Order: sequence, then C-alpha cells, then structure tokens
Amino acid sequence: MNRPHSTSVVLALVRAQLRLELRTFESLPAMCLFSVTSLVLFHFGLNRDQLSGDLASGVLWVTLLFAALLAINRIYVADAEQGGFDAFLMSPASRSTLLCAKLVVLLAYMALVELVVVPAFALLLLEPSLSQALPGLLGPLALGDLGVAVIGALVGALAVRTHARDLLGPLMSLPLLVPVLLCVAGWTAPLFDYPHAGAVAARWPLVLALYDALFGLIAFALFDFLLED
Amino acid sequence: MTLSVLGSNGAGKTTLLRLLATLLRPHAGEVTLLGKRLPDEGWAVRGRIGLLGHEPLLYRDLTARENLRLHSKLHATAPGRAAELLEAVGLSRRADEPLRTLSRGLLQRAAICRALLHEPELLLLDEPFANLDPAAREIVEPLIGRSSGKTRVLVSHDPASALAEADIVLGLVRGRAAFVARPSELSDDTVAQLYR
Repeated sequence: MNRPHSTSVVLALVRAQLRLELRTFESLPAMCLFSVTSLVLFHFGLNRDQLSGDLASGVLWVTLLFAALLAINRIYVADAEQGGFDAFLMSPASRSTLLCAKLVVLLAYMALVELVVVPAFALLLLEPSLSQALPGLLGPLALGDLGVAVIGALVGALAVRTHARDLLGPLMSLPLLVPVLLCVAGWTAPLFDYPHAGAVAARWPLVLALYDALFGLIAFALFDFLLED
Repeated sequence: MTLSVLGSNGAGKTTLLRLLATLLRPHAGEVTLLGKRLPDEGWAVRGRIGLLGHEPLLYRDLTARENLRLHSKLHATAPGRAAELLEAVGLSRRADEPLRTLSRGLLQRAAICRALLHEPELLLLDEPFANLDPAAREIVEPLIGRSSGKTRVLVSHDPASALAEADIVLGLVRGRAAFVARPSELSDDTVAQLYR
C-alpha cells in the first residue's frame, strides 16, 4: 500500500471541487447574486447613496458573511450525496487533507466573490474612493476570509451529516463568525472614514489572527472525529 | 478465495460490508481484518480493501477519467493504472463524459475501476453484477469474478449465483451468523431457511 503525499491529495481534492463547481455553478453565482442584491437592498433600505466609516464597514462585511454561508452549506454536499466521503475514508490519505482542501476552496470562493462584491459596493454605496481604501482593505479581506474558511470547513462537515443541514449550517456558523465580524468590521471602519482614512487599531488584526489560528487548531483536532459514522 | 454472504433483506449483509470497509464502527464484538483489529487499526487496512457497493462512490458531474484521477491521488497509484482499467472494462471511449450522462451499467463499470484502482488485497462486493448485461458481465468477470483469483467477500440476493461463486458461505439472520459452511455442505433447505 502506497501512502499518498498530503500535498498532492489536497491539490487533487481542490481541483475536483473546483471542477464540480465549474460544471454545476451551484455556489459562486448564488453568492455573487445574493451579495449584489443585498447591496442594492441596503442602498434603498438605508435611503443613502453613500456610506462611510462604521456603517460602510458593517454593510460590506455582513453581506460577505451571509454570502459565505451559501458556500459553507454547499461545500460538502457532493461528498455526502455522491459517496465522496466514503471513498475518501477508505483511502489511506490523511483525513486532514479533506479539511485543508475545503479550506482552500472556501478561500478561493471568497476571493472570487470579493472581486465582484467590493467593486459593486464601491459603486453603489461607498463614499471614499475605492482606490484610496483598497490597499488597506487587503489585510482584513485576507484574514477575514481565512476565518470564514476555517470555520466553514469545520461547521460544513458537521452540518452536512444532519437532516437539517440548511438550518444547522448558519445556526452553528453565525455565532462562531461573530468574533470575525467584530474584528474585520473594526479593522475596516477607519479605512472607510471620509474624507480622510483613520488609523487602524492594532488590536483588530492581532485578535483576528489569533482567532483564526485558534480555530485552525480546533478544526484540525476535531475533523477526524466529525468524519466518523 | 470467496466468502459469499447470504441473507434476506435487512439481515445485515450491507452493514457487514461497511464494517469491513471501516466505514462503520462495531458497537459490540470484535472485527479483525487482514490481521488488524477494527476500528483501532483501521488506518492500517484502508487502502488495502476495495468496496463495490450499491453506490458507485463517484462524483456524477465529473467524468470517469477525472474521478479516477482523483482516486489515483488518494491511493497514490501508478500513473497509467486508471487508463488500463478503463480499457479493461470497455469504458475508454466514454471516459471523458460526465458520469451523469452514462447508463447505470456504464456507471457500474466506472465503479469497478474505482474499486480496483489501488489493487486491493480484499474485495468487498455488494451485488457487483447489478445493472450489467451479459456482455458486460463477461468483460468484468476477469477483474472481479471468480477467475480474478482475488480474495472476495461477496453479497448477493441471488443464492444460486452466490453459491456458485463461493468457497465458504455465511448465512445471516437478523445480523447474526446462522451458519458458516462450504457450499457442498449446504442443503437447499438450509439456504431457504434464511429467507423465511
């Protein structure tokens, strides 16, 4: 029996998942459509053409987190419904490779959705220019996405094995995502201040990095047990 | 060597295969497979068993070749093994079509490739010839049939074919072994009792 190399297993799983998404378009179009529609609704609901500071930051991140829930709910569905879990569990591959692969896929989904949503947000609602805020925004986007991906990869595996996965996914994810939301919103708000961007408090990146690392460790510790029948 | 498992619907045949495949944990008793105790040493037998069950365990929106490429990575098999198997089951020409578009018989052939890809020491077969026409059955016989010479656990709802394939027969009634015997030692009545 050959022991597979973890990196090649992760890459193969990521490739298969992305190929499935390209064939079915089950997650990405829904995430983009949901996000842009939400921004339009915020535009009319708040009766504001332009947002800045805390409000702009909150609107952007709440929209992104809700869009992420769509992906979290779908990320393991093909594995559960088409036997991917069983086939994977019978292989000698380390079980953590599946967690890593789903984490990478969720990161990729979030990055792709943000390519659409951030410009749409700037166009519909943001008062300061995007070019001014964008360099600073890359940090919270990267660490925020990592937090979403780690929590999503863990919670998705738990929820998909239940009958009420569409309900349980968001119910379990949202409380765990609250600290991520607090940190990224707090980190982003000064970047959206108008007319001049404010200073970012150092605690937000630090707390968020710590939270991501902590949840990463918890996810790796628990994942094997989640896959047991 | 082939162990055929017989029993009525719900007797526990598929559950037994899933236990052996390390997909279920035994709640009581002991399971030893390929010299390893399950579930504690399940890691040591994964990759040494091939399961061909009711479900093909393949992604329907991927092609047969893409599915096998993924499984090749999971099992670290030799390059070219997937193409060799696709050829052997007569699926080469349709190997680049999504499985969703294939018939049940062709899907079963792809599942056979998946189960054999890593050259398992033990084959767990649950109705392996389901959905296969006689010609297809002839094609896959050297791979998963008696002539393959592999160690097999074979579950079938058809006692006649299961007995014909068996070296040893296990009869199950409500999850418990009713008998373990050679086919020559079994009377028609003993087998019929399983289904009453």
